[in-house]
Amino acid sequence: MARQISSPIELKTYAEEVCKKKERWEMVIAVCGGTGCSAFGSYDVRSAFTKEVEKLSLSDRVLVKMTGCHGFCEKGPVTIIYPWQYTYVSIKPEDVPEVIEKTIIKKELVDRLLYRDPVTKQRIKHNNEIPFYAHQKRLVFQHNGHLDPTSIDDYISVGGYQALAKALFEMTPEQVLVEVEKSGLRGRGGAGFPTGRKWRFCRNSPGSEKYIICNGDEGDPGAFMDRSVMEGNPHSVIEGMIIGAYAIGATKGFVYVRAEYPIAVKYTRLAIEQAHQYGLLGENILGSGFSFDIEVREGAGAFVCGEETALIASIEGKRGMPRPRPPFPAVSGLWGKPTNINNVETWANVPLIINKGADWFASIGTAESKGTKTFSLVGKINNTGIVEVPLGITLREIIYDIGGGISGGRKFKAVQTGGPSGGCIPEWLLDTPVDYERLTELGSMMGSGGMIVMDEGTCMIDVARYFMKFLSEESCGKCVPCREGIDRALDILTDITEGKGRKEDISLLEELGEVLKDGSLCGLGRTAANPVLSTIKYFRNEYEAHINEKKCPAGVCKALITFSIDEEKCKSCGKCAKVCPTKAASGKKKEPYKIDKEKCIKCGLCRESCKFGAVIVS
Amino acid sequence: MATGIVREVDLKALEKIFRGFEGKGESILIPLVQAIQAEYGFLPKEALVKASHHFRIPLSRFYGVVTFYAQFYLTPRGKHTIRCCRGTACHVRGAAKVIETVEQELGLKEGETSEDLSFSFETVACLGACALAPVVVLDERYYGQMNPEKVRVLVRQYKGASIQESSIGEENNGKAD
Ligand SMILES: Cc1cc2nc3c(=O)[nH]c(=O)nc-3n(C[C@H](O)[C@H](O)[C@H](O)COP(=O)(O)O)c2cc1C
Ligand code: FES
Repeated sequence: MARQISSPIELKTYAEEVCKKKERWEMVIAVCGGTGCSAFGSYDVRSAFTKEVEKLSLSDRVLVKMTGCHGFCEKGPVTIIYPWQYTYVSIKPEDVPEVIEKTIIKKELVDRLLYRDPVTKQRIKHNNEIPFYAHQKRLVFQHNGHLDPTSIDDYISVGGYQALAKALFEMTPEQVLVEVEKSGLRGRGGAGFPTGRKWRFCRNSPGSEKYIICNGDEGDPGAFMDRSVMEGNPHSVIEGMIIGAYAIGATKGFVYVRAEYPIAVKYTRLAIEQAHQYGLLGENILGSGFSFDIEVREGAGAFVCGEETALIASIEGKRGMPRPRPPFPAVSGLWGKPTNINNVETWANVPLIINKGADWFASIGTAESKGTKTFSLVGKINNTGIVEVPLGITLREIIYDIGGGISGGRKFKAVQTGGPSGGCIPEWLLDTPVDYERLTELGSMMGSGGMIVMDEGTCMIDVARYFMKFLSEESCGKCVPCREGIDRALDILTDITEGKGRKEDISLLEELGEVLKDGSLCGLGRTAANPVLSTIKYFRNEYEAHINEKKCPAGVCKALITFSIDEEKCKSCGKCAKVCPTKAASGKKKEPYKIDKEKCIKCGLCRESCKFGAVIVS
Repeated sequence: MATGIVREVDLKALEKIFRGFEGKGESILIPLVQAIQAEYGFLPKEALVKASHHFRIPLSRFYGVVTFYAQFYLTPRGKHTIRCCRGTACHVRGAAKVIETVEQELGLKEGETSEDLSFSFETVACLGACALAPVVVLDERYYGQMNPEKVRVLVRQYKGASIQESSIGEENNGKAD
């Protein structure tokens, strides 16, 4: 149904047409198709709904659709039924006939599928009343729960591409630029550089050929917000990019998506194709005379390619190695031309700012950090998923009010933000407001939005070692401080976790951290020490316990722990012996079991399998 | 590593792949190599040599790129690929034990492919499904909230299917969780 829309008025008329068409649906069943929900079987749930709706000849009144990630991955598959916004969680294909019969036909609720508040024990009807959602402020994600990401019409029906029309026809490029500057929007991909200022650099750079890039590499382990934007609402990113290109004067754009996200690649490609068909991308966009095109490039599995100069090298077809800056990409980027690179979420914020104005945007957040930020809230937390909050909210609110606290009734220990460039923040700093400056002050950083919660069962030295191992594998090897420094830090940390730590190791690590910071070529090396330095800063006693007493207080480091069985608690069920891969755990009926320390490889399977908590780690 | 068994590679499909990349300069290198790998499942040396001649890009450039990025393989892959996440979210929820279990079950180390080309085993920095940690992906299907026991069952199921060379493996794809 390709149609060229060649003016803002036509776009408005078409939007009205699409809205009218949508009115024919009395009810919409929106099943979440995000990664989390689909792993929980949401595709089967969707098929079950489609089948049932057809069987009962409801197809002309009821629409079944698959949407992007709703965020509440913990309770997947999530399904929302409009117009009432009834929200069913953890729904299975078997539940579908009952939902159709009760909710769709009789307009009644299926109580047992509603979310149950763990505190009040009350069932909650609507998603916006569930505490997980109620404390969020969803702007970038506002449409994720009801848009079909593969339908440009759906996007247009909620005002999509109106910001583009406004920018092209009611504003000059300079005015767009000023609006973005005034909004205070800062980069969502890492360092938080002011977006408007970055655009201006590129705009002011001499040259008629300019490029813009959308950084969808999202290499930070533990983060999947950008994925959820690209898979849930790809058109918002495309629209932001076209507006940016207009302000900067760019002719060509690239979306660089990491290889692990095939659906993001597919949906972004589809969105570009659709935008082309509608005349919203390509030559003479909306009849404005402005032309711009976008191409998708797939990453090939290298964390460092998220760094802008490495990413540019990768698009050029080279090994993804960073180069020194200056010259900055704004002056000499892709093929030596002025290039502006922004993160996925940064781009997705642009249409919002143009639509609602810089003042509105700047009214959200703190003095220096405006707007909202998405985080992936994961780790040892009750409500894992994607959250979007106004900047300035405290870590405690995110973790307890939205995240529902620590899972398994355990105690909070630290929250890690900023990916491998970030740090671990302890309990007593949880009331810190989340903004770029505060997190940096704490020795961590905003990063792209991974937020990994750790409980008392997490060893902080093991975490620091984990990050060094990660970075050692991902360092491109071009500069010496990063290539060698990270490996040395890894050696030292490995020694500490194996009980071979020495007194001087802590100061040695701190010194190495300084070298990395001062001497590395790119951000990877420059921030690599953060996970180490922040854990030393806040969990020094844990380092000292490993080094001086050869103990791992969290019970994680294998060389420093032993497994045994509490005779009082053991019920002789034999589960431990069954799971033990080395037959170290054994026993007879009616007698407490035992663990042979010689044979034990400390895999911890027995502890996990014991229902009575009889396996002790010391 | 599977060294002995390299199947005869049919290079006919290359021509067709090449046609999509004509006249676009060196920046095609990564998408080109990705397309070749999508066709063969790995990067046969002969295919890279041909591409190098065809596009007049030095072979060293190809190898430079191919060995830099984790996604590219120079040896054939197993019929099934099991990828375990070792990302931060998975790590703090016990991914190391899941990975150990897979190593034991398959008798493979990370990055290896079994001699009979039935399994390839990889670990990945993050699979982008962190809410389900620990995550394992088997042939593109995500399995969340894994633990040693669950992953053992999963792997054995595939091993069984693979030995029988029946279609059970395929059919179970959707239902194993
Ligand atoms: C090692 C390293 C990895 C990075 N990875 C990413 C990434 O995955 N996504 C991203 O948007 N930015 C990443 N960045 C930051 C980019 O270099 C760049 O600053 C950012 O894309 C700019 O966009 P923004 O201003 O909108 O944040 C990374 C930086 C470094 C040093
Ligand atoms: S950390 Fe394992 S999927 Fe992201």
